[in-house]
Amino acid sequence: MIPLSAYLILSGFLFVCGVLGFLIKRNIITIFMSIELMLNGVNLSFVAFAAQWHALSGQVFVFFVMVVAAAEAAVGLAIIIAVYRTRETLNVDQVNLLKL
Amino acid sequence: MTQNPYLWLVPILPLAGAAINGCFGRRSSKTAITAIALIFSGAAFALALFLAAGFSSASAPYYYDLAHWLRAGALQVDFSFYLDQLSLVMLLVVTGVGFLIHIYSIGYMWDDDGFYRFMAYLNLFMFFMLTLVLAKNYLVMFIGWEGVGLASYLLIGFWFTKDSAASAGKKAFIVNRIGDFGFLIALFLMIKHFNSLDFNAVFAAVQQMPMGAASVGTLTAIGLLLMVGAAGKSAQIPLYVWLPDAMEGPTPVSALIHAATMVTAGVYMVARSSAIFERAPMAMTVVAIIGTLTALFAATIGMAQTDIKKVLAYSTVSQLGYMFMACGVGAFSAGVFHLMTHAFFKGLLFLAAGSVIHGIGGEQDMRKMGGLRKYMPVTFWTMSIATFTIAGFPPLAAFFSKDEILWKAYSSPNGSWIYWLIGVITAFLTSFYMFRLWFLTFFGDYRGGDTKEAEHHSASAHAHSDDSHSGTHGHGHEPHESPWVMLGPLVVLAILSVGGGWVGIGDRFEHFLAPVFQSGAVAEMAHETGAETSGGGTEMTLTIISVAAALLGLLLAGFLYVRRPQLPARIAASLGGLYGLVSHKYYIDELYSALFVKPLVDGSTTILWHGVDQGIIDAAVNESATAARDASDDVRHMQSGNLRSYAGWIAAGGAVVIAYMVWMGVTH
Repeated sequence: MIPLSAYLILSGFLFVCGVLGFLIKRNIITIFMSIELMLNGVNLSFVAFAAQWHALSGQVFVFFVMVVAAAEAAVGLAIIIAVYRTRETLNVDQVNLLKL
Repeated sequence: MTQNPYLWLVPILPLAGAAINGCFGRRSSKTAITAIALIFSGAAFALALFLAAGFSSASAPYYYDLAHWLRAGALQVDFSFYLDQLSLVMLLVVTGVGFLIHIYSIGYMWDDDGFYRFMAYLNLFMFFMLTLVLAKNYLVMFIGWEGVGLASYLLIGFWFTKDSAASAGKKAFIVNRIGDFGFLIALFLMIKHFNSLDFNAVFAAVQQMPMGAASVGTLTAIGLLLMVGAAGKSAQIPLYVWLPDAMEGPTPVSALIHAATMVTAGVYMVARSSAIFERAPMAMTVVAIIGTLTALFAATIGMAQTDIKKVLAYSTVSQLGYMFMACGVGAFSAGVFHLMTHAFFKGLLFLAAGSVIHGIGGEQDMRKMGGLRKYMPVTFWTMSIATFTIAGFPPLAAFFSKDEILWKAYSSPNGSWIYWLIGVITAFLTSFYMFRLWFLTFFGDYRGGDTKEAEHHSASAHAHSDDSHSGTHGHGHEPHESPWVMLGPLVVLAILSVGGGWVGIGDRFEHFLAPVFQSGAVAEMAHETGAETSGGGTEMTLTIISVAAALLGLLLAGFLYVRRPQLPARIAASLGGLYGLVSHKYYIDELYSALFVKPLVDGSTTILWHGVDQGIIDAAVNESATAARDASDDVRHMQSGNLRSYAGWIAAGGAVVIAYMVWMGVTH
């Protein structure tokens, strides 16, 4: 049996990859994918714990997160397309109209 | 003691006049203002006469409790008035002379723009002065005391657009504050030791104090502090400097406040506190020494002044010194007697001087007067009476009062021949400078009136002149007599200056005041009967000497200023430095300025202003603002608008939270 710690290490690794991608990358789509990566890293830890403790609530949570992530992806991609149409760029550093 | 509800009406009447004129005077006619000012001050005088009519030396004092005031534990101070023989004398002087000066002011101030203001202030002054005089306890007296100081400030600075008048007003006010500080501490000491401020209660407590160093020390402290207050109000050394400057005010003010009434408040207060002073011999001695020195000192300054009002101002300081000398040797009734006659003749002198100033278009320099006898005969005659009175010629008023003081200074148990000697020298000096004034003003040829001179005056020297409306008169060349509304009070005061001293013949005045100065008067009386038999000849000799001194002053002044008008300048030149010292008033103002004013200003500038205010208070505010801005400058970089830096902060925060939770989990 694969120990819990292995799942958690993988989960943490995925999450940190997501965070780093979010912080470093400038392309909005890459950032968006990094967010998905973070969500799924967390999802992995949820199911790992659920399996470990035989508690279903963790798995139910994962379903919720997936629903939210899907909705977010739909809305987010629509926004990205809208941004691209008006700004003609996907570089977040140039999408800075709100900055002082 | 009997209740007398009329008592509180006396001060309230002038207050009503002041309120009406002060509130509505700006829009009412001068006739209406005059009527109100005269009716209310005249009513106060009539009421005072009415009260006096039923009063004799045997009468029990009247009192009236108007309202409760302070109830602090066992300390009770009521707003109550009190009338005994001493306050009656003051009451009559204040209302009587005050009423006359109100009449005079109508003529003197008629053309002034601030006529209504002037009349309102005069009435206000009367209110506070009457409160002071009629007070039943020290606190009510203190209200009047401060109030007359306020009225004095307002009236000295009446022509406040003139810089010298405004600063003279401030000077008077501030110097008086120093004295008031002493007075106030004396009141605190009374509360501490006697738990009361009521005159009768305090004096009774003083009588019951056990003999001993402690109680004498307490009483000496109270007496000296009261004397500090009196020295401020009554312009004694070392606080006399404000009074000569106070001559910046209109002349009726100089007559009423700075000669006849307010400046004598200190004498009244010391006489009122006679019970305290009598049990504090050291304080008495200090009072006598201060009075004697002031009398001499001010008289010497008066000799070298050229401004007619300044001469009279120093003369006032000198005469007040006589009064304190009398109080200091225990002859309180003699001091009050001189206070009364002084109110008549010095009020007259000032009013006559005002008439002169008015008549020649605002000039105050005696060197530019002369020969005015022909132009203004009534002023001349009344002024002559006043001059002979103050010099002490019999049978005029001041002869009796001054002689009484000199005799008491010599004969009373606290007295000494030194006081008497200085008093006689002062009498000689008084006579000299007064006749100098008289000769310079009224004899010889008119030295003003030169057209060029007059124009030069209105241009530059007018800043010093008293009479602000002189320009509108257009009579700088020909002196003229003043209107009768001004001369009437002169005549009345002249009659009083002649006859006012006759009430003192045969010690009648002293007997009248005897109930007030009971303990002292008894000792005095016993001494008197002893001295009367043995000292009758001595008293006569001393009287002759003092009259001779006055005569000598007259002759010397006549010789110097009529026979040999060139001589005074030569003498002044030959005296050189000494004359300069006297004519510059011994550089006392400069000394005070160097000793107190400049260090205070410099200290306030460097320490309080630049040091404390700018260095600590302002700096604290400014520094905390700078610190907040600097901190914000640093923190501001977090709010960059850069999405990734926000994310970085969130990640960092999350990392910290996780690290904390892990650490907590490990330690548990």
